[in-house]
Amino acid sequence: MSDSPPARPDFIQVDHFSFHYGEKQAIFGIDMAIPEHQVTALIGPSGCGKSTLLRNLNRMNDLIEGVHHEGDIRIAGTSLYDPSVEVISLRKRVGMVFQKYNPFAKSIYENVIFSLRVAGRSKRSELDATVEWALKAAALWDEVKDRLHDSAFGLSGGQQQRLCIARAIANQPEILLMDEPCAALDPLATLKIEDLILDLKKQFTIVIVTHNMEQATRCSDRTAFLYMGRLVEYGETMQIFERPVNPETEAYISGRFS
Amino acid sequence: MEPDSKTFATTGRSRKGEPWVWLTAAGLTLGVLMALGLFLLILVKGGSSFWPRRIDLMEVSTGETVGKIAGYVTQETERRDADGTLHEEIQVFRGNKDLNGEAFKFIDRSNIKSTSRPESLLLVERLEYGPAIVHPVALQTPGGRIEANSAGFDAALQTMLEKGRTARSELLVIERKKIGAISRELDALTRAEKSGGVDPQVATARRAELQAEFDQLQVKAAEIRKVLAESSFLGITADGRDIVFPAGNLLHVFASNRVGFFARVGEMIHRMGKFLTEDPREANTEGGVFPAIFGTVVMTLVMSLFVTPFGVIAAIYLREYAKQGIFVRMVRISVNNLAGVPSIVFGVFGLAFFVYFVGGGLDRWLFADKLPTPTYGTPGILWASLTLALLTLPVVIVATEEALSAVPRGVREAALACGASKWQMIQRVVLPASLPGILTGVILAMARGAGEVAPLMLVGVVKLAPSLPLDDIAPFIHPERKFMHLGFHIYDLGFQSPDAEAAKPIVYATALLLIVVVVSLNLTAILIRNRLKKRFAVSSF
Repeated sequence: MSDSPPARPDFIQVDHFSFHYGEKQAIFGIDMAIPEHQVTALIGPSGCGKSTLLRNLNRMNDLIEGVHHEGDIRIAGTSLYDPSVEVISLRKRVGMVFQKYNPFAKSIYENVIFSLRVAGRSKRSELDATVEWALKAAALWDEVKDRLHDSAFGLSGGQQQRLCIARAIANQPEILLMDEPCAALDPLATLKIEDLILDLKKQFTIVIVTHNMEQATRCSDRTAFLYMGRLVEYGETMQIFERPVNPETEAYISGRFS
Repeated sequence: MEPDSKTFATTGRSRKGEPWVWLTAAGLTLGVLMALGLFLLILVKGGSSFWPRRIDLMEVSTGETVGKIAGYVTQETERRDADGTLHEEIQVFRGNKDLNGEAFKFIDRSNIKSTSRPESLLLVERLEYGPAIVHPVALQTPGGRIEANSAGFDAALQTMLEKGRTARSELLVIERKKIGAISRELDALTRAEKSGGVDPQVATARRAELQAEFDQLQVKAAEIRKVLAESSFLGITADGRDIVFPAGNLLHVFASNRVGFFARVGEMIHRMGKFLTEDPREANTEGGVFPAIFGTVVMTLVMSLFVTPFGVIAAIYLREYAKQGIFVRMVRISVNNLAGVPSIVFGVFGLAFFVYFVGGGLDRWLFADKLPTPTYGTPGILWASLTLALLTLPVVIVATEEALSAVPRGVREAALACGASKWQMIQRVVLPASLPGILTGVILAMARGAGEVAPLMLVGVVKLAPSLPLDDIAPFIHPERKFMHLGFHIYDLGFQSPDAEAAKPIVYATALLLIVVVVSLNLTAILIRNRLKKRFAVSSF
């Protein structure tokens, strides 16, 4: 990947975005710009709307019945809700890693190339190259290169999560969404994933939801604190954690409520 | 200080166990015992019907005279007279139905004067009248008469049996296959002539050719019969009457009292083999049940072939695509209730819809030249399979729905997040993950379908089918043919047989076989399922 085009500071633009699950409003008019090739962490107590916001970036919330939104989200200037945007091609540009590792009941190999398969690409050399690249990028290649055609369920939890990361990046998306990717992992596996995130941000724009304050400080460039569906504070991670402007932010990061 | 004994006082329940646990365990035990008892009964009764028993020669006094009866004991009973005296009776199979009218006889034990087991007694299986029990006298062959006490008797008997076997198979080839082929061609010729598809002159010439061929075959068959008629086996029954067995009728001769244990085991295996591979004879009370095994297996497989895709497709729509509302809920309730509809109702529906409507329509459209003889407009194995597919559809739909809903949401979201369309997600992720569950449904459906009898009586099962639904006559697959079924065979033998006593062992043996067939069909399906499961050994959660 070349860095020739300068990183856009407003690569993802969230514009007065509100979101409702039926009667219940989950997000209230959020405005934020997420810069390219950086890791942006969304933090906040449970039910604050951070996961909802994340899942709207690839329109995963469309699956739920009775949802509607106001405002807009733009990626590289194009509105996600533009009638010409096909949700399938959007999801090809925005990969996602989930809280609970969820490999398919297939071999490691088939898991990684799933996004290529559904896109109809089946050239053997391309698939092979993709598997190697994605697994190396997810720091899993050395551990699994001899058993690519074994079941993915034979891997450990941390390995399965890294496999899910490999799967999410295999089709070269521009953005990688991570919804508490380490919540189900032990500390050692968590460290590995965090290293990986720092590595991956060279190629991808990463948005990560986390409950772990240290994780946010360790691997994010910018942090947004959400509370009760509103964006309370958003800025450089250092600034948010060292000199929070808002008293609620300070209360949260210092552990006075969660 | 005294420890407070109340702190850890037992409530009694933890010591004795919860009473409900015992109740549930008792329920399970009762169920297991009943199933086991049923299976054991069938196993013992069915298995022992193949065991060659020793033949007793009994001297029985009836009033003043003393008669001799040879046979083996099949049952021991007690009977109370009008005046209250108790009689111990035995039921004896004495064969020789042609002479005695009945093959079984009840004998009062007190009338039996003596019992012996002479080695010379033979059990003779033949094409007609069931087995006979005789002392051998002689063999009548073209080369002369061989007395039973001469040295070459046994070998000559075996040669005669072998000759009879070859002649019968030759006759079968001539009469069933070759003459059958000729009559089929004649039929086709007549139809073609009627519809103007063939020149009348050509047809006449061809008909003459076929007639000549037919005459030739008839002559050949008559020759074989004549040669057969020259040989016969002469015997004498225990009570001194002569029997002549023409070589053509002789199937098997077994010296029950002469042979040792291993020969009897061999005979048992031989009988089992014949039971499994031969066609039935004599109103199904003799011979084997091969056509019924074949019919059961083919019908069950064809049924699974229909019910699996239909059920899976319906369940996918119901679970994945349909908007979950009152209508879908009603559909689901209806499907579940369909499983409770008496199976005979499905039989009536199958007869009306598949046989008369669909089959009749097919006949008018494709086989109009054969009408009024119906081709598909009559009960047959295809319609039976479809009717049972309908009957077992709820099982597959319910199991598939369960399996689909058990696929975790996370996996579905992951597939969609990779840019899969909904159908791609279902096809590539959801279906493979729910395959074991779907197969469980198919297994249940097969078990239900293979054991079902009532609807089949309306849509295609018969007590004796002349030909199998698969054979070597083009087009090899005959889905319109009627077929035999083990379940129906049990009913037919048990309740419709002219000789209920003779049929009884076959009823048990057939019941055992039906269980074995259903279990092996299920085991095969389970093996396939486990192999699929093993490919992705460890579950994800």
